[in-house]
Amino acid sequence: MADTQKARHREPLLHIAKRDDMAGWQAWLIRVAAILIAFLLVGLVSMALTGESLPEIYSTMLRGVFGRLFKGKTSLLWTYLQRTAVLLCLGLAVTPAFKMKFWNCGAEGQALMGGLAAMMCMIHLGHLPYPLLLLVVIGSSILVGAVWGLIPAVFKAYYNTNETLFTLMMNYVATQIVSYYVYLVGQGSGVIQPVATGNLPTIGNSKQLLNILIVAVLMVLMFIYLKYSKQGYEITVVGESQNTARYIGINVKKVILRTMLISGAICGIAGMLLVSGIDHSVNADTIGGQGFTAIMVSWLGQFNPYIIAAMSALIIFLESGAGKVADTFFLNGSFAGVASGIVILFLVGCEFFIRYSVKIRRTRKEETV
Amino acid sequence: MKKLISILLAVVMIFSLAACSGGSDKDELKVGFIFLHDENSTYDKNFIDAAIKACDNMGVKMVQKTQIPESNAAYEAAVELIESEDCDIIFADSFGHESFLMKAAKEHPDVEFCHATGTQAHTSGLDNFHNAFASIYQGRYLAGVVAGMKLNEMIAAGKFTAEEAKMGYVGAFTFAEVISGYTSFYLGAKSVCPTVTMDVKFTGSWYDETLEKQAAQALIDGGCKLISQHADSMGSPTACENAGIPNVSYNGSTAAACPETFLISSRINWVPYFEYMITQVQKGEKIATDWTGTLENGAVALTDLGKNVAEGTQAKLDEVKAKLLDGSLQVFDTANFTVKGETLTSYKADVDTDEAFTPDTEAIEGGIFYESKHRSGPYFDVRIDNITLLDEAY
Repeated sequence: MADTQKARHREPLLHIAKRDDMAGWQAWLIRVAAILIAFLLVGLVSMALTGESLPEIYSTMLRGVFGRLFKGKTSLLWTYLQRTAVLLCLGLAVTPAFKMKFWNCGAEGQALMGGLAAMMCMIHLGHLPYPLLLLVVIGSSILVGAVWGLIPAVFKAYYNTNETLFTLMMNYVATQIVSYYVYLVGQGSGVIQPVATGNLPTIGNSKQLLNILIVAVLMVLMFIYLKYSKQGYEITVVGESQNTARYIGINVKKVILRTMLISGAICGIAGMLLVSGIDHSVNADTIGGQGFTAIMVSWLGQFNPYIIAAMSALIIFLESGAGKVADTFFLNGSFAGVASGIVILFLVGCEFFIRYSVKIRRTRKEETV
Repeated sequence: MKKLISILLAVVMIFSLAACSGGSDKDELKVGFIFLHDENSTYDKNFIDAAIKACDNMGVKMVQKTQIPESNAAYEAAVELIESEDCDIIFADSFGHESFLMKAAKEHPDVEFCHATGTQAHTSGLDNFHNAFASIYQGRYLAGVVAGMKLNEMIAAGKFTAEEAKMGYVGAFTFAEVISGYTSFYLGAKSVCPTVTMDVKFTGSWYDETLEKQAAQALIDGGCKLISQHADSMGSPTACENAGIPNVSYNGSTAAACPETFLISSRINWVPYFEYMITQVQKGEKIATDWTGTLENGAVALTDLGKNVAEGTQAKLDEVKAKLLDGSLQVFDTANFTVKGETLTSYKADVDTDEAFTPDTEAIEGGIFYESKHRSGPYFDVRIDNITLLDEAY
């Protein structure tokens, strides 16, 4: 009797247990609920900071992202989709590497170098016939992005260097190279004026459609590659255990090199989209930190291209929407970051409730039964 | 589970409520502002404060977009301000916004676009695109006079000799706006302290607090007795306050954060321009293609003096200012500086922007380099003697 009483006292208030019985739909319900609660919290925080009502804040957010869609004004929607596409492209790029547990934190630099290659072709080879120039622009940015991704992979495969640090450092090198190029071309003004040659073509009246379509195709291809191809399977095995991979005859070095080549090449495409498709100019800020956001997007999307697309759309929605709230009510520009932070915290946090169940200590009434 | 659904429903309800409200009517003039950073940057704060004040004075509505990089994002921001806010005037504050703003101007001929520090309006052929800047070199010159007075005071106090009087300057890029700025500052100081020399360091960024702080510290370590800057963060003023070195600031007073070392700050007061562009649109009249703010129209402004300036500074400042106003004193008078030991008699400046930066316009008339005459954006980019550029990487 005394023993059981002691045991009862020792039992903690909260008891956490691993669970794997949750149905897929339940897990998604929790995730959606987490996003909605996070949005509610973002709204409440905005309300506290601005003194505006919740409807006012949400309508401002929606207006910031979609504009006046109902009045037939669609440019903002296109802008939104294009921004989502660029982030998605970078998210797709890092995904195969992450699946292989190769921490490619260098998407920023790989994309920037790809963009720089595109810019250099646009400026210095502008005299070439357009179809040829376009091929050169696309080819060179893919090539340069791939090489920038391959360098840390070579060191990882042959010397087992730390790829996280290596890829991070390569970002700074890329930034400095681009700054120097801007200095050379911009003559100290710090700006390269947009270039009219070698721009990606437009489909009909839309400046954004082609960029969006390219990324959409990439997304489907990446899904097929990861899920149904032999190479995709090899990536998964290397990621789970390199020893197992070796045991079943997979050439681990080859897989690392090949995967980073693909990762860098897709980053190069993202850089090409930004430079040749959108900005027609380049500076050290062209990628604007999205190479890092892409890391998070890829993780939140659980390395599934379609979910990564949804997460990209969510993050861009938050950045534009919260940015609009900040601008409209004269909050600091950092507010968008705060809002994104809240939502991401909830998204990551809710995974805990999906993987573990929390049991509260049974009440006395139940114990007596 | 039930709890979850009820929370879900509540949230959905709030969202649908939100979707119902919103939308504004177009009855009054609306001005949209595009800013590179937010109020944490002294450069943008100067614009933001002026925008709020001018719109308040004129009774028009102000909408802003902050943190807009110098990329297609500037174009997207302009389109957003037009489509979802019905702005009648769009203003952008950073040099690199210009081409993207011009793209929006081409597509929206019924909206007026105004751009600070730009250079392309007079050659763009667009009726609705305008540049504006101020003859800030006058303000820099006056700030330089204050610096020179302080150096004289320190020399008189025996802190260093007249030959050791060296100033330091933290600049962003080797770009006409910066060169024009530090040269006029130097000439102002030299007008009262003839032996002064100056070292300049470039950071390659308009806003990088760490780099600016390091550059200022490097200059101080290199023997500079006074620091000024043309970069937008608090980096240099903070480094000066820590080291006890006098600082001449830019874009606004840094006296609150650096009370011991702040001397004076010159800045462009954008209120006159903002009120001008709003008035023109209200009257249905054309906005000038190139508008230059001056000491006279109040666009070139100086802050109050810091508490540790040399004695008699205010009187000297008033005297020099009066001379600048009546035209008897010209900042870039070629008699006051030399280039490689010789007086400059002719200089072709790059006024009409092209890709190769070809010099195209004679800027010197009657022994005076006329800055801000052929266009509002600065084009004085002469490397004069006694100013040492420590690095030209940017």
